[in-house]
Amino acid sequence: MLFLKLILTNLGRHRIRTFISIAGIAFSVAAMLTVVTILQGAIGMFSNILSNDSQIIVFERDVSDLFFSSVPAQAADAITTWPMVAHANPVLFGIVSSAGHPIVTCFGVTPSDARIQKARWIVGDRSSFSENANGVVLGERAAQFLAARVGSSVPIGHASFHVLGILRTSNGFEDGGVFMPLGVAQKFFHKEGLSSVVTVKLRNKDEAAALKTMVKEKYPNLIALEDTEFTHSYSQFKILKATAWAVGGCGLLLGGLGIANTMIMSVFTRIREIAILRVNGFSEGQIAGMIFGESAIVSVLGAVTGLLAGVSVLYALKLIPALDGYVDVTIHPLLLLIVIALALLTGIAGALYPALYAMRIRAVEALRFE
Amino acid sequence: MKATDGNDNGRMVLRAEELWKSYDEGAIGVLKGVSFEAREGQSVALCGPSGCGKSTLLHLFGGLDTPDRGHVWVNGVHVDRQHGLLRLLRHEVGFVFQLHNLIPGLTLAENCLIPTMAAGTDRRVAIERLRALTERTGLSHRMDHPIQKLSGGERQRTALCRALMNKPRVLLADEPTGSLDEKTSAQVFDLLLNLVATEGITLLMATHDLSLAQRCDRLVEMRDGKIIEPSHVR
Repeated sequence: MLFLKLILTNLGRHRIRTFISIAGIAFSVAAMLTVVTILQGAIGMFSNILSNDSQIIVFERDVSDLFFSSVPAQAADAITTWPMVAHANPVLFGIVSSAGHPIVTCFGVTPSDARIQKARWIVGDRSSFSENANGVVLGERAAQFLAARVGSSVPIGHASFHVLGILRTSNGFEDGGVFMPLGVAQKFFHKEGLSSVVTVKLRNKDEAAALKTMVKEKYPNLIALEDTEFTHSYSQFKILKATAWAVGGCGLLLGGLGIANTMIMSVFTRIREIAILRVNGFSEGQIAGMIFGESAIVSVLGAVTGLLAGVSVLYALKLIPALDGYVDVTIHPLLLLIVIALALLTGIAGALYPALYAMRIRAVEALRFE
Repeated sequence: MKATDGNDNGRMVLRAEELWKSYDEGAIGVLKGVSFEAREGQSVALCGPSGCGKSTLLHLFGGLDTPDRGHVWVNGVHVDRQHGLLRLLRHEVGFVFQLHNLIPGLTLAENCLIPTMAAGTDRRVAIERLRALTERTGLSHRMDHPIQKLSGGERQRTALCRALMNKPRVLLADEPTGSLDEKTSAQVFDLLLNLVATEGITLLMATHDLSLAQRCDRLVEMRDGKIIEPSHVR
């Protein structure tokens, strides 16, 4: 208890300095939590688009981005007929800009696609969405920002489309997207006879390996992956995750430098006090423990404050209508543990040099100048 | 010259042999062949002008510094910075300085308990010792007071309690009353002498105050890094 009191007393002596250090760690933790959660949520949403009523995704081997993947219609048609396949749906992804909106995601899908069949249609009739229709169905949010109504015309890219219906999904990407009949999308994006991916639902989940083998044998330039495999291996997701952790890591590095500065100042301003502790029998380990204890308390307080701030920011972002559906405030316990552990590690790293300096203080030199 | 007490009663607790110490790579010679002995329970005053080496001798006995040449023994154990220094500081010697050197923000009791915490003393034993010492020094009613609220004399008495918490064999006092007024100084010194006498502690005290020094069992005079002579033995 007395050891803790010593630590707390010192932190309490320089309250503003301690507060700034806690704030530094808190900002870093909040930034890391927010960025990682938003990006993981975005990755989760994109994965959900692909795994909608399917377990396997087939796409072009060795492409770094699904938007550049080309799966021939013949392959999609053939896969549909394989005995282990319940159904297979080709999907073509495209991105265009519209007036005032730099990015509009387009999904070229068949009328039987689960995105059309299982979505909640707010306005319009799902039977209106057919291969022959020269129109599009909008997600609810896309309809809002494009100010479109059923029956009106909406400018998308270089063309204008008739709005067949508006549907609501819980997925931000789909809700802000435009659904085109596959043939219309292929023509619009100059990808006739091609799709980006084929999503496959198996009759029996145990037949995934058999399907993957068949794809490899029949179409060597294609690859079939189960949803979880895809999420872990897709390079775009890896880049996003790495970016998120790098941003958070830089934040924590800055926080660590803040702690190092605080602890160095803390040691420099009480060299004499540390000398007195040594004279009273404190070992080098006990002196170091005191310094690490101070930085650990700053780190833990910073981490807890940062977690609370981060969660608050995420909920606040979720309330912004423009971001509705894009922000998923699902914070995994593992992420919390990692963030807290990183904050603690940062604190310990920041206290390394100050602790070493404090351990080397020679009592006799500090006491000579009374 | 070797400073001895001239009698053979009691065990030798402090012993220094041919101590040489200099600073700034030999430019400033502080101790020049000092030999010294003190027996169990003796109170010894080191007198002399500033810079004559009194504090340095205390630091060498406390293991806070190392001699360039020569050897130091405390309670029969050779003082070596590499070995047994913690044991020396925790159990063999206690320090009192001119400034009280208490830790602000902590109470009187907490300051006194620091050496027992460092030594890993059982808390109940430590509290019992604290009660006994504060009772004897007249501080028992101030135990929970923050240091900032104590008078100069009370702070120095607190520092004395802290130095004695682990029942050291030797008390090294570096001008312990130097920052106090005459009256308080006399009170604190009375207390110090009383405590070391009743606990059988050997006191080695550096002081400029001859009137206080003459109340010790021995008065050893130092000048220019040397012991001049054992000028007074009671």
